[in-house]
Amino acid sequence: MAEATAHGQGQHGLHAVHTHDATAVQADAHQEHPIKLYLVVWAWLFILSACSYMVDYFGVHGYLRWTLILIFMMLKAGLIVAVFMHMAWERLALAYAIILPPVLVLVFTLMMVFEADYTLFTRLVYFGNSP
Amino acid sequence: MAETTVTHINPTAQRPEGWQGIAADWASDQRAFKNVSWGKAMMWIFLLSDTFIFGCFLLSYMTARMSTRVPWPNPSEVFALNIGGAEIPLILIAIMTFVLISSSGTMAMAVNFGYRHDRRKTAILMLLTAALGATFVGMQAFEWTKLITEGVRPWGNPWGAAQFGSTFFMITGFHGTHVTIGVIFLIITARKVWRGDYDTARKGFFTSRKGNYESVEIMGLYWHFVDLVWVFIFAFFYLW
Repeated sequence: MAEATAHGQGQHGLHAVHTHDATAVQADAHQEHPIKLYLVVWAWLFILSACSYMVDYFGVHGYLRWTLILIFMMLKAGLIVAVFMHMAWERLALAYAIILPPVLVLVFTLMMVFEADYTLFTRLVYFGNSP
Repeated sequence: MAETTVTHINPTAQRPEGWQGIAADWASDQRAFKNVSWGKAMMWIFLLSDTFIFGCFLLSYMTARMSTRVPWPNPSEVFALNIGGAEIPLILIAIMTFVLISSSGTMAMAVNFGYRHDRRKTAILMLLTAALGATFVGMQAFEWTKLITEGVRPWGNPWGAAQFGSTFFMITGFHGTHVTIGVIFLIITARKVWRGDYDTARKGFFTSRKGNYESVEIMGLYWHFVDLVWVFIFAFFYLW
């Protein structure tokens, strides 16, 4: 029993060393980019956040407000995922596996828009305008 | 053992790119993520599931806001702060956004120095990230206190639709919890970097596996995700 445990540990140790070497080599070869790139992205995230804050500060309203908010939001999200999270340098198999499923949430959104409209309709019909 | 032997040869050498690459990588008898370690792949998949959780929160918020007969409280006024006699709209939220973005910037640089095996800079940048994260949580606690003293409750508030309080506490509370866990996770990883665990291949306390500097990148993925979620909360909850 003791022998078996020792053997198991030994094998595990060996395994760990191997994977360690392999991943270290891969990773070192992969994700090394100049610091300047991160600083540029950081500056852009600041600019875009300031822009979306300005939308509120100057009280832009209606469709222009929503369009601007969505544009700045998507640009910020894209920069974070692509550069900070290194998705731009990953293989497409990983990128599509992670990025496509959240896009399907839009279908759910559409369903909930109809559902919310219906709920509002029934509330207005059965409860009127009083709160 | 067979698996580790495979990782020694360059896994992406002579593999097709583009759509053919996707089909070939996902085909049978394949390891789908060729040059990504299991740790990184699992973090990505965890983040994907977390995306759905936050997606559902934001969707339920949208549904509540669209279906209420009572007007939604104006976030621009609700989150305004009185500084020097003037009401400045959303100012606290804007500062929180900049703090969180800055923490993402320092984290990205920590990952970079980690791969250069610069222990000192990596640990300092990670601790700076943790400090900015803690600042964010502190500001959020201030914001919660302010709203609660003004009478916001999960079942009602003085300004309009009752659902405002429940969605606000649920969404920002869940995000704040993520930030808090991230700060703890950052401090643990920074300590490991500082002590040189990844250079000496010291066994981890919990899994007794030997770590390497990729752990810093995986930690970074989580942290950037927390920032990413805030981008969406900022747009949909505070600005909409």
